[in-house]
Amino acid sequence: MIVLGIETSCDETSAAVVRAPGEVLSNVVFTQQEMHGPFGGVVPEIASRSHLEKLPDVVEQAREESGLSWGEIDAIAVTYGPGLASSLLIGMSGAKGLAMRLGIPLIPVNHLHGHIFSALLSPGCPSIQEACPFIAHVVSGGHTSLVEVKDPQTVRLLGQTIDDAAGEAFDKGASLLGLGYPGGPLMDRLAKEGNASAVKFPRTQLSADSLKHYPHLDPELSFSYSGLKTSLMYYVKKHPESRDDDVQRQDVVASYQEAIVDALVSRCVRAMDGQTTLAMGGGVSLNSRLRARLQGEAAARGWQLLLTEPRFCADNAAMIAFVAAQGLAGVTKGVDAMKIDVMPSLSIVIGSARC
Amino acid sequence: MKDSSIFAPGNTMTNNKDTSITVVTHSPSETLQLANRLVASTQGALVLALHGELGSGKTCFVQGIGQAMGIRDAITSPTYTLVGEYKGSDRTLYHFDLYRLHDADELWALGFEEYLNQNGVVAIEWAERAEDTLPANTIHVHFDVKDATMERCIRFSNLPPALQRFDTVA
Repeated sequence: MIVLGIETSCDETSAAVVRAPGEVLSNVVFTQQEMHGPFGGVVPEIASRSHLEKLPDVVEQAREESGLSWGEIDAIAVTYGPGLASSLLIGMSGAKGLAMRLGIPLIPVNHLHGHIFSALLSPGCPSIQEACPFIAHVVSGGHTSLVEVKDPQTVRLLGQTIDDAAGEAFDKGASLLGLGYPGGPLMDRLAKEGNASAVKFPRTQLSADSLKHYPHLDPELSFSYSGLKTSLMYYVKKHPESRDDDVQRQDVVASYQEAIVDALVSRCVRAMDGQTTLAMGGGVSLNSRLRARLQGEAAARGWQLLLTEPRFCADNAAMIAFVAAQGLAGVTKGVDAMKIDVMPSLSIVIGSARC
Repeated sequence: MKDSSIFAPGNTMTNNKDTSITVVTHSPSETLQLANRLVASTQGALVLALHGELGSGKTCFVQGIGQAMGIRDAITSPTYTLVGEYKGSDRTLYHFDLYRLHDADELWALGFEEYLNQNGVVAIEWAERAEDTLPANTIHVHFDVKDATMERCIRFSNLPPALQRFDTVA
């Protein structure tokens, strides 16, 4: 089966062609980050306008690079949530149009399942069936979650952030330090020159009491980054020179990054109790300090660590087409396919869309 | 004092000074409880515009709103998705974050008025990005950080008469 995937949930307009079970024939990503730079982030209306402008070219390029004709595509996969409603709609409408025109099925895919399984999307890595059961860590600008994948169809939420995602902690921290957007890569680079124990930033430990309103979340496996951001704000107010002096700023960045990474690594270690395989995906999984720390833990504890290839970490359509090509999402046809709606608040545990 | 609003309704409806109160909180949990109390004192549609810099207490406040409404999902930052939607026990919370918005018109282009017409609670972070386009009955909440303490000065303005003493009612 050959699947053409479409992804437009946030910044990236992407299309990809994947041959089952997991051969990526093309993966075209147009990112709007440069366009958004001066505004410090995604501007929703501009984002959806840009998706609308770029999608036809991106899809055509993905088809062309795959070396296949339209007649050889067996199904269209598309992200139906979670994400920005107006942006999701552009991808969904394009996908419906293609599926109808080509007379082939439409497969709506949960964006977060793309990230969960993206670490298994490289030559030589185990199949999803071989990898199960495993723990997946999805860490990005909008999400920070730990799930257990018991079998390819069963995703169970273990813990997640209760306020800001790790990527947002990077972006807002960078903004407080006057570094620019996106904050993650900038901080990663600066932190390499700094002393990570120079400033003592808090490691928020959630208590059962603070999570009593969220009984389905395990406090030991959940995250909170709002307080860390606030403590950076206090620090910068008290030490305004940390914004201007290069050496001090490197130390603050390294210390702040270490606090973010510590929280991620310590939860992964807890989640891995009794497990053998950890997979990590999402834009923040590109962070070099996070990768190195988890590699260290994996070596010491004998885990199998599956890190997503850098080109599949940020949002991309290859991971969406992959989930569909693996048969992990519901297949819709004809009139039913046209009834599929986008779901901006889609939960990480839901696989198949219902129409 | 208590009766002044009954005999002189014009005062409370037109003069912002008369419809605002300021509360100082000393910890994140006090901020959360304050929000809980405000929302628990209301029924039906409510629009709250939250103003304040990064780290000034807006996140805690929104979590308090969620608790008052009986929401069981974690209310995470909607910075990247613009709006988060949560079903409460009898109202729905629409949690906006306009941090990345550039122009107020963009908010309306995204169907903002549809959210306002749902009879739910609309909480808007970084509301100053859309100041001029918010409905007239919007309650504005300004968060002010006192240097180097956990204290927050939280000022509520444009409160309707029924809510002008919400902070003192148990």
